[in-house]
Amino acid sequence: MRPVVYAVLALLTVVFGAAAPALAAVEINVNRGVIQPLPIAVAPMTGADARAQGIGGDVARVIAADLERSGFFKPLSPDSFIQRDLNVDDTPRFNDWKTINAQALVNGRATIEPDGRLRVDFRLWDTFGEKQVLGLQFTSTGEDWRRIAHKVADAVYKAMTGEDGYFDTRIVFVAESGPRKSKVKRLAIMDQDGANPSYLTEGSYLVLTPRFSPNGHQITYMALRADSARVYILDLETNRQESLGNFQGMVFSPRFSPDGSKVAFSVDRNGNTDVYTMDLRSRAVTRVTTDAAIDTSPSFSPDGRQLVFNSDRGGSPQLYVMNLDGSGVHRISFGQGRYTTPVWSPKGDFIAFTRQQGGEFHIGVMKPDGSDERTLTTSYLDESPAWAPNGRVLIFSREAGHGSPPRLYTVDISGQNLRPAPYNLPATDPTWSPLLK
Amino acid sequence: MSPITSSNGLKFAAAFGAVAALSACASHPKPPEPAPVASTPSYNPPPPPVDNRPPPREVAVAPTGPIPGSTQDFVISAGDRVYFDYDQYAVRTDGRTVLDKQAAWLQRYAQVAVRIEGNCDERGTREYNFALGARRADSIKAYLIDRGVSPARITTISYGKERPLDDGSSEDAMAKNRNGHTALTSGAGN
Repeated sequence: MRPVVYAVLALLTVVFGAAAPALAAVEINVNRGVIQPLPIAVAPMTGADARAQGIGGDVARVIAADLERSGFFKPLSPDSFIQRDLNVDDTPRFNDWKTINAQALVNGRATIEPDGRLRVDFRLWDTFGEKQVLGLQFTSTGEDWRRIAHKVADAVYKAMTGEDGYFDTRIVFVAESGPRKSKVKRLAIMDQDGANPSYLTEGSYLVLTPRFSPNGHQITYMALRADSARVYILDLETNRQESLGNFQGMVFSPRFSPDGSKVAFSVDRNGNTDVYTMDLRSRAVTRVTTDAAIDTSPSFSPDGRQLVFNSDRGGSPQLYVMNLDGSGVHRISFGQGRYTTPVWSPKGDFIAFTRQQGGEFHIGVMKPDGSDERTLTTSYLDESPAWAPNGRVLIFSREAGHGSPPRLYTVDISGQNLRPAPYNLPATDPTWSPLLK
Repeated sequence: MSPITSSNGLKFAAAFGAVAALSACASHPKPPEPAPVASTPSYNPPPPPVDNRPPPREVAVAPTGPIPGSTQDFVISAGDRVYFDYDQYAVRTDGRTVLDKQAAWLQRYAQVAVRIEGNCDERGTREYNFALGARRADSIKAYLIDRGVSPARITTISYGKERPLDDGSSEDAMAKNRNGHTALTSGAGN
């Protein structure tokens, strides 16, 4: 139960050399992802002394692991490297890197400043084009070396793929323990690569469906006790939380608006669940749906003007889109099965969802108009998809079979690169932070 | 990568507790030695008196049953759970029988307040199941009100799929987990 402090990393801009245009060496699209991951060399960062060298080696390993997990890169083993005398101030011997088929090279230097701060200078090279693609410098406190590594990985990812990175981020989720009939559920947080896990709540009540605020400083979630269901907003820096209020009924399925000014949620009154929004500054509550059906799981479009939500008004749970005032409701899911848990991508191009059909659960995506639907995953129980901030990767929870403990998985929106998230204990309901500042 | 710090914290707390217990013992004076016990005198009891009464007739023994008005009484004589079909919230015929008994029992014990808890099986997503469980709870509430129970005595909540009754995987277990539970929250004995 310690507050999560978001240190702001100083990013000093390009320090040396002219940045070449993006290499765009990795061709990716949503339909097929990457057939062949790009071979890349991430050299251990040099350092003036043993301590700096140690940190430099760790930084390089974290960068390589981030790039590898994305599925777009294949970091080469440092054992295969020919040039061992890299210096960030010198041009590398490109032939040494071409020989081992490294299409790109990341090298750099870790420096511990007199005040204890850590500085990393790094360059990204196009080895076959024999030119520098990036040259950047990051500075942070010494404890934040992992964040520097993630920032470097984000910069490399963006330069090589043309899409924003998602490595300097955190994931909040529900950590489960105890027997199936009386599970203990606690909010937990970790870095996107599984480092620095810790609990945010102690487990005296059930916590469900946490969702990050757009600035990454807050979580809104549902707390379920024997006689109440409330929605809270938890401040990660102060560890203080407040209730959205008492609605004379169950309150659940909260989600922030993209500008953080509102929360959409659903309230059950007398067995009828409808969608509401609350303006967090004025506390004004607006009822958005009035249908007698179940209306729940609202999620904002990135421009904040529409909501996608789940309703069984047509006889089975399906996805609908409406304007923020409740007008213009139209159904967007028309495939086979039951559709729930819609989540609008931060990029706006897709809506992720859970589809249940024929005894199996799938994570899928479709365009906001319902076109171009694709099934990404299949298992006994996949649910709770959440977007990485770049709108490229989804994290979700999976029970491989009845009684299997739920685990977090990630998948690319092409459907490729399905893999367990780096947390190997029972967990559900993930939410991905925006890129940290 | 096991999360989190509490196991170390717990160990520390346990060790600390042990130290505290030891020092508490040390700070108390020793209890006094017990007084020496006199050796048992030899003693021959008199023979037991002869009982000439006729043998007693057998008395039928049976438990008296739960205390009337208690939770146990409610569970046994009315039933505290009704079951639902998949993705449905209409009270079934077998459920009506139970709810009729619940209503009659609640009429008899008018001081008892109840909480209806709606539950779902795991074959649905979390948020939808909260809404579905809420519907089930409300169906039961509406039925009891229709049978004369005051709405002021009834609250409802949905536990969605968070509190399964049966942790098995069979359709039987799933069917059990689609239920509405009537919990007596006040006014009932044990």
